[in-house]
Amino acid sequence: MKPVATTKTTYHIPIGPIHPALKEPVYFEFEIDGERIIDVDVKLGHVHRAIEWASRKRNPIQILYLAERICGICSYCHPIAFALAVESIADIQVPERAEYLRVIQGELERICSHILWAGVVAHEMGFDTVLYFTWQIRERALDLTEYLTGNRITKGITMIGGMRRDITKDMIPRIHKDLQYFKEYYKKLEKIFLNDKTIKMRSQGVGILTKEDALKFCAVGPTTRASGVKKDVRLGTSYFAYGDLDFDYITPDVLTGTINGDVFDRIVQRLLEINQSILLIEQCIDKMPSGEIVAEPNLSKLLAQLKKVNGEGIGRHEAPRGEVIHYVKLDGNESPYTWKVRAPTYNNILPWIPMLKGNQIADIPIVAASTDPCMSCTNRVAVVKDGNMYEMTKEELHCLSVEKTRRLMK
Amino acid sequence: MTNENRLNPEELVKYFKDKFKTKIKNAQIKKRAAGKKKNETATIWMKVDKGAFKELIKHLCDLQFPHLAVISGNDLGKTIELIYHFSINFGKRMEEINLNISVELPKSKPEIETICDWIPGALITEREKMEMLGVKIIGIPDNRRCFLPDDFPKGVYPWRRDETGPDKLYKNLHEVKK
Repeated sequence: MKPVATTKTTYHIPIGPIHPALKEPVYFEFEIDGERIIDVDVKLGHVHRAIEWASRKRNPIQILYLAERICGICSYCHPIAFALAVESIADIQVPERAEYLRVIQGELERICSHILWAGVVAHEMGFDTVLYFTWQIRERALDLTEYLTGNRITKGITMIGGMRRDITKDMIPRIHKDLQYFKEYYKKLEKIFLNDKTIKMRSQGVGILTKEDALKFCAVGPTTRASGVKKDVRLGTSYFAYGDLDFDYITPDVLTGTINGDVFDRIVQRLLEINQSILLIEQCIDKMPSGEIVAEPNLSKLLAQLKKVNGEGIGRHEAPRGEVIHYVKLDGNESPYTWKVRAPTYNNILPWIPMLKGNQIADIPIVAASTDPCMSCTNRVAVVKDGNMYEMTKEELHCLSVEKTRRLMK
Repeated sequence: MTNENRLNPEELVKYFKDKFKTKIKNAQIKKRAAGKKKNETATIWMKVDKGAFKELIKHLCDLQFPHLAVISGNDLGKTIELIYHFSINFGKRMEEINLNISVELPKSKPEIETICDWIPGALITEREKMEMLGVKIIGIPDNRRCFLPDDFPKGVYPWRRDETGPDKLYKNLHEVKK
């Protein structure tokens, strides 16, 4: 899209880099005809922190903690994907018990992330009671995370070749109690999102991503699965203990019978995945074998071992938002030669374009939020109309979205 | 996009070797087992000649539309290596294959054709390679910068390890007036 080609019929609105729906800076430029979006352009890189550059002066174990700080919500996915890559290069066999512990952490993080997202979507539509309701459940999930790892967000539980903390017998009753709580509240959540007429009116037929576009633009995670593409690293490949567990691909037609690839389907998709995660944790607790939790407990020995290794490898893990992939090249030095991180939102940027085209300005927050892009905090929007620029605050844009909901309710 | 030719890793490597003969080097299949049941997942690594690269991607797309995860890159001194990380055979349990195709480009002429005409989802990652490694992507539909700011100096490529690398940007800040 060419910049500032204002004609009589269309005008441009820039949104971002600080944005109402995405808590992480991304810049959009919309070409608008009345209320309709005609074209979208996305600019990235406002929080490019050169983390991969920083890794050139760190050893693999230090990088685990650096990787944890890539994203606050996926603070387990990034170090674990890095660990997988390094383990595949150095051919380290992870103890079986650790493989199960890794699944439990991964699924717990998915529950936290999806529930947080459900609250954000409700908020964007103007259902703040649901926001508080979902975040109340998330609080419990974070408490459980703290109980298992010692921390709520940056968990510091990953180690190359295993995990750093075990789940002991006396912890099991608490886990079961919390899972029971999640199950109960999941039912309520499902009822709210699936039976509410207004949610359906706001989300059905909005922000459609067809199966073909999802494949073409290489979308990942719940975004692509809600469009009917069966792609899930947990099921497609065998890593951690996922190969042992009994579960299957989820697409929204499991519940609704059809796949439309709209915002509603993405809501259904994530709800179903919360339930799947609860069941996976239960399975892991039942099937978990006893034994060691880390291949090499002596860190100096581990580092010496990694220093001798030459080669390259990839680590893939299904994060809450989709596949994360890390590429690592070790060349016999203390720090890796190359480390490339690819977070899921990277691939879910291009699918925004077909999703947003043809929708209304008031739909921007929910459509953009429906892919669950990684988040930080919000601010203002500048609207350029007929050459005059005026600003819309985050609150105003949010109000537009809420007004549309109220209008539909009448 | 409807093609669903599912080949196992050995067949896939053989298919490309038959088609491209010596233009494919160092093809290897690595398998890793996980969990109690020790189910395996295969990762294929292969290096392809620059000249045959676009043709190979076309063959891959004809065989089965792949998922392009990302392109990563290395500065290897005299050459720049690009590695295209694909995954194929998804949709069935534990059948997914990781396919990593690498291409080496000479630093004197770091050029490669775009694959956006086959896989439109490659756009962002190709733009990233242009600005980060100084690779020229021929025929890319959008050649603007992606992650670097507009006022970032021209001719500096953050992933390079030679004189075009970013060293002077953080070592002598007064010289670049940043």
